[in-house]
Amino acid sequence: MDLDDTPEQAAQRAKVRAWLEEHKAEAPVLSGPGALTDEAEIVSARRAWQGKLAEAGLAGVTWPKEYGGQGLGPIEQVICNQEIARAGVPGILDAIGVGMLGPTIIAHGSEEQKGRFLGPMLHGDEVWCQLFSEPAAGSDLAAVQTRARQADDGSWRLSGQKVWTTNAQFSSYGLLLARTDPEQHKHKGLTMFIIPMDAPGVTVRGLRQISGEAEFNEVFLDDVELPADAVVGGVGSGWGTALTTLMFERVTIGLGGEGLGYNSVRFAGGIASDEHGRRDPEVRKQLGEIASELLAVRFTGYRTLTALQRGQIPGPEAGLAKVTIVNGAIKAGDLIADVLGPDALDESSEWAYMISFLPGLKSAGGTEEILRNTIGERVLGLPPEPRLDKGIPFSELRSKEGAGV
Amino acid sequence: MNLALSDEQEFLREAARGTLSRFKTLEAAREALDGNDAALPDLWPTACEAGWPGLLIDEAHGGAGLDAFDAMLVLGECGRVLASVPLLGHLPATAILADAPKVADYLPALASGERRAAYLPSQPPTDVDPRWSADPAHGMERPPLATGAAPDAGGEVKLSGAYGFVPDAPGAGALVGVALIDGEPTGVVVMANADGVKIEPVRRYDATRSLAHVRLEDAAATVLDAPVESLAGAWHLAQALIAAESLGSVETALESSVSYAKERFTFGRAIGSYQAVKHSLTEVLRQLENGRSLLYYAGWSRNGAPAEFPLAASAARSVAGRALDQGARTMISVHGGIGATWEHDAPLYFRRAQLSRRLLGGTAAATDRVAGELIAQADAA
Repeated sequence: MDLDDTPEQAAQRAKVRAWLEEHKAEAPVLSGPGALTDEAEIVSARRAWQGKLAEAGLAGVTWPKEYGGQGLGPIEQVICNQEIARAGVPGILDAIGVGMLGPTIIAHGSEEQKGRFLGPMLHGDEVWCQLFSEPAAGSDLAAVQTRARQADDGSWRLSGQKVWTTNAQFSSYGLLLARTDPEQHKHKGLTMFIIPMDAPGVTVRGLRQISGEAEFNEVFLDDVELPADAVVGGVGSGWGTALTTLMFERVTIGLGGEGLGYNSVRFAGGIASDEHGRRDPEVRKQLGEIASELLAVRFTGYRTLTALQRGQIPGPEAGLAKVTIVNGAIKAGDLIADVLGPDALDESSEWAYMISFLPGLKSAGGTEEILRNTIGERVLGLPPEPRLDKGIPFSELRSKEGAGV
Repeated sequence: MNLALSDEQEFLREAARGTLSRFKTLEAAREALDGNDAALPDLWPTACEAGWPGLLIDEAHGGAGLDAFDAMLVLGECGRVLASVPLLGHLPATAILADAPKVADYLPALASGERRAAYLPSQPPTDVDPRWSADPAHGMERPPLATGAAPDAGGEVKLSGAYGFVPDAPGAGALVGVALIDGEPTGVVVMANADGVKIEPVRRYDATRSLAHVRLEDAAATVLDAPVESLAGAWHLAQALIAAESLGSVETALESSVSYAKERFTFGRAIGSYQAVKHSLTEVLRQLENGRSLLYYAGWSRNGAPAEFPLAASAARSVAGRALDQGARTMISVHGGIGATWEHDAPLYFRRAQLSRRLLGGTAAATDRVAGELIAQADAA
C-alpha cells in the first residue's frame, strides 16, 4: 500500500513539472492582481493555453496517439492535472469536450468525424458542448423529446430545447441526443448528432442561477438542418452512445472531486478565522464530521485510481463520492455562515458564491435520488423500482403522461 | 499509487474470517447477555495460533512484523461476527512496548501471546485541551493520568491514579499506558498482580466487550523508554483499530439488511425496491465506503506520513462510529419489529454500536480532534 509514483510515473511527473515551470508565465491569469475580466478575452486566452497544454502532451493524455493524445492511462492524466494544479495555472478550457465528448467520438464516430473534429477539439481551436439534458429529461435522460426528422435526401431537421449546457455561448460544436423514431421504445429511436452551434435555427440563452451568474445555457433548436453525416454511431443507437459519454462523465467526476475546491482544510480555515468559533464545541463537532467525510473522498479517489491502474472501470459507486462532496460542502457553507454571520453572504465572499452554487450541483449529473437508486440497484443488487415506461412506444408513453396516468 | 490489499493481506483477512467462523460468536453473545458468561468462547488461544498477538512486533522478537493496516484487517473480521478477541487492548500496548528498547526481552512472550497486555487509554493533548487525560469511569470530565515521583535507580516508580473502561483488562498480565512522572508524560508498564493494582471488571450493555476500571494506589510500575510520539501513537492506533472493528460490524449489518430487503415482500413487491428502503441502505453503504477509505488513510499514514496519523485515525474513528450507529439502526428498521427482538441478531449489533461509540474517548473526542488537526493545518497554510 502506497501513494507513490512508479519510476515511469515519477519520470513523467518530473517532465510535466519542468515544462510547467518553463511555461507557466504564458498561462492566463484568472484571479488576483492583473486578472483578466472580459469574458471574451478570458475564453480566447484559455483556448490558446489549452493549445499549448495539448502540444506539450498535458491534455488528452488518455487519447490515442493518432488523434493527438499520448496513448497513456488515466493515472498519467491525473498526474498532469495534479501538476497543473500545483503550478497554480488554469487547466484546459474544454474539459467536457476533451474528457467526455472526444472519447465518445473516438469510441463511436466515423473515421471522417475523428479526422475532422478531434484535433481542433483537443487544441482548443473548437470548443464543444454537451446537448443531452432537456427541461423534461434530466435524470431520466432517455425521455428526450428534441425531434430529428430525416428528409428524402438523407439530411435531418431538428427542433427542440436543451438545457444546462455549459460553454454553449462560445462553443463551435455540440454533441446532441435527439429522438429519431418516437414509435420505438424510449431507449431505442434515439440518435446522436454533431451540430455546429452557428447553424441557422440555433439560439443560445444564458440561464442565470442563484448567484446571479449564468454558468449554464438553454439552447433552442428551431428547424435546424444537419447533413446525413452528422450522425454519430448510427441511427437508432443514440442511447448506447450516450452511455459511453456518461461513463466518461463518472470517471471525470470520480477523479475530480478535489478539483471543485471543496476540501477540509479550506473549510477549517473559514472557521479558524473566528477566534470564538474555532473553540466552540458544537462548531468543532460539525466541522469534524463534515471534514472527516471529505477526507474520505480523497482516499476514495485514490482507490478509484488504483482500480483504473489495474484496468478496472470504476462503477456507479463513484457517485457516492459526489453525494458526500456536495452534501458535505452544503453543510460546511451553512456552518461557516453560522460562524461568520451575514458577512459570509456578502456577494464578494467566496462562501456566498459556494452557498449559491451548491443547491444546483446537488442535481447535476443526475439527482441525488436517482444516484441512490442506481447505486442501490447496481452495487447492492436491490430490486429495481417498478417502471411504467418499459416496452411502450415513446409516443404512447408521452400521451399517457399527458393524461396524468 | 496502490491502495489495494496485497495478496498477503487478502490471505490474512480470509484466514481470519475462516478461523472465526468456527465459533458461534453471535449465539454466545446472546447467551452471555442472558447471564451465561461461560458461553463466550476463549478466543485467545485461537488468536495465538493465528499469530495475531504479535502482528505489530517485529520478526526479530517473534512477531509477524506487520503494520497497523494488517491489524485493522483482523479487527474488521472480529467486528463482523462480534468476536471478543482481546486485541483492542493488547495491540496498542505492544505498539508502545515495541518502541521501548528497555523491555525488548519481554516482546517474544507478548508476540506469542503467552503473556497478554492491555492498553490503559491515555489521550494526548489537543489544541483546546493541553493535558493528557484518562477515560473517566463516569461522566464527561476527563481525569488526569496516574502520577508518580521520579523513578529509582532501577527505573521503578510508584503510581497512583485511575483509568476508566480499559478494554480487555480483565485477565491481562500487564497494563501499559502513559503516566505523569514528575509531571512529564511517560510510558509505564504495571503488572496486573502487583500490590496496589485493582482491576474491577465492568460490563455495560454489550456482553462481548471485556472492560475494567483500573485503579492504582502506590502501585509498582516500570518506566519505559518509548518516545512520546509512540505514546500518542498508541492512542491513535487504538482509534484506528476500533474504527476497523466497527466497520466490520457495519459490513455484516448491511449484508443482512440487504439480503432481507430482497426477500421480504409487501404490497406485492420486495421492500428493497422501495426508494425509502433502498436509499437508507445506500446511506449505510456510503458511510461504510467513506470509513473504508479512511482506514486506508490511517493504515498508510502511520508510516507513510506520521504527522497525519492523528488526523487519519481520528477521522476513521469518527466516520466509523456514525456508520456503526446508522448501520445498526437501519438493520433494525429494515427488519421491522422482529429486528428489535431477542430472536434476531440486530440487537447484538445495536448493543455493540451503543457501547463502542463511548469507549476510548468516544466518537465525539475523535471528531473534535479532526477539527483541531485541520484548524492547525489551516493556521499553518
